[in-house]
Amino acid sequence: MTTHARTTKIAATALLVCLVSTAFALHHLDRIQTQTTSEDVLYLSSPKVLKRLSLGYDGLLADLYWTRAIQYFGTKHYQHARDYKLLAPLLEITTTLDPHLIVAYEFGANFLAPPPPFGSGMPQRAIRLVEYGIRNNPDDWKLYYNLGFIDYMELKDYAQAADAFARGAKVPNAHPALKVMAAEMAQHAGDSQMAQIMWTTAFQSAKDPYIRANAITHLRALQVDQDISSLETLISVYRQKTGHPPSSFTDLQEIGLLRALPLDPFGHAYKLTPGGRVELRDPDNFPFITKGTPPGYVAPPVRFRPEDLGAS
Amino acid sequence: MSLRVAYIAANTFREAVRDRVLYNLIAFALLMSAAAILVGQISIGIERLVVVNLGLTAISLFGIVIAIFIGISLVSKEIEKRTLYTVLSRPVQRWEFIVGKFLGLAGTLVVNTFFMAIGVFGALLYVAHGLNPQDGWIAVALYFIILQFLMITAIALLFSSFSTPLLSAVFAFSLFIIGSFAGDLRSFAGMAQGVTRWLAIGAAYLLPNLSSLNVISSVAHQQPISIQLILSNTIYALVYTGMAICGSVLIFERRNLK
Repeated sequence: MTTHARTTKIAATALLVCLVSTAFALHHLDRIQTQTTSEDVLYLSSPKVLKRLSLGYDGLLADLYWTRAIQYFGTKHYQHARDYKLLAPLLEITTTLDPHLIVAYEFGANFLAPPPPFGSGMPQRAIRLVEYGIRNNPDDWKLYYNLGFIDYMELKDYAQAADAFARGAKVPNAHPALKVMAAEMAQHAGDSQMAQIMWTTAFQSAKDPYIRANAITHLRALQVDQDISSLETLISVYRQKTGHPPSSFTDLQEIGLLRALPLDPFGHAYKLTPGGRVELRDPDNFPFITKGTPPGYVAPPVRFRPEDLGAS
Repeated sequence: MSLRVAYIAANTFREAVRDRVLYNLIAFALLMSAAAILVGQISIGIERLVVVNLGLTAISLFGIVIAIFIGISLVSKEIEKRTLYTVLSRPVQRWEFIVGKFLGLAGTLVVNTFFMAIGVFGALLYVAHGLNPQDGWIAVALYFIILQFLMITAIALLFSSFSTPLLSAVFAFSLFIIGSFAGDLRSFAGMAQGVTRWLAIGAAYLLPNLSSLNVISSVAHQQPISIQLILSNTIYALVYTGMAICGSVLIFERRNLK
């Protein structure tokens, strides 16, 4: 073997060894680094400074910060976190860099507003974000809808919600449901019927599979809550008539209170407990329900069904 | 006269191609493919935006780096290799040499941008499953990016005509960064008082205004660009480029090459 060939062989082997060692060293570093140091830090927190530093390429930087916000929320949500301290600053940086990034307002507000574990529990920051979006995109009716949605669902401020829907209804090409919602809000604020209209509008107007899956999951939860309320009413009627709780739903059928056995949106029968409570057979199928869970039930993190997300 | 300029321009283009300048297209193709495939998996709702933003930003930054690094060595390399003397010993005027060099590098950048633009539209077609009329505004952004290249190339050539390559690169990069803050410089001039005000106004008019040539975010959102802006930017960029080339010619004409 010539000197040249030997050197080549040794260098190639050394290169390979170094490459593998680097991978091992990095893997070790990742393990010893805490989540806090690697994630919960915003080195530059001023949106205005970042806009200046982008040298005019603020659109790409906004996309990067939006992706970071998504990853941050997703990771925290997966870990069942109750504290999302970087979410609002990340969204504010994203929208300052690109004030026309509508998706950041739509999703961002839905991440910020709901209480943990569904969101970060910051409805006021969500309102501020959407109001900023409206100032920069006054002709986008979806932002008014989002604003009214947060006012209605999270803050229960029906007057503000009606105002947001009314403002949105004036925007050219606005969804016709906004006008209906603004009008209905005065009469039916707080009704599950109103919530149903709002989630149906969200489902119909959204193109994103996650928004649609979220809407349909909420609609199912509303349906379950409604079913259980109706069944509980019938059970109390039965009690008044017979003096004891029914042992099964067949008892209700026998005295003509119920025509058929009640089924949940997935076609499974509801359960009637000996104490007269109505429960779901599998409550994990229905995130966002407020009724029908066994005592002490802890809901798992929200996972949308693949078929709701458009997967076959 | 025009034939001699064309020969120098053609040789400059050939030299750039031989220097493997167009290899950056491979890096760009990889970047666009990765963006088109991966972004949908790690983000929400910005697949199309990322293709436009990333594509146009990469075109702009790759081009500016090429304009500066090739631009600063256009003259110095010829002096170092002593090929300049061969050229100037023939019936070639010094200004023809400068203009030819500028046109050669500008041509390289236009060709480079053309291929990258094909990549952007290809990725857009893949991500959005089609193009719509509003995507035509991307062509305007690409045109503005080319105008930026003309200005930066002329600036690099200007510094190259009297300074060392390293200093020329520093000066050209500094002007690129300052040019991106042109709007802030004008605001500062408006707020300043007395002599500072006049100095700031002077600087604001003398330094290149590159910020108005950046419409990437607007076209990414399919917002139209006014004809007025297109015309104004065209006139401004061409006049500024002309000014920098005239400066290069003036300096180079008086330079002692012995």
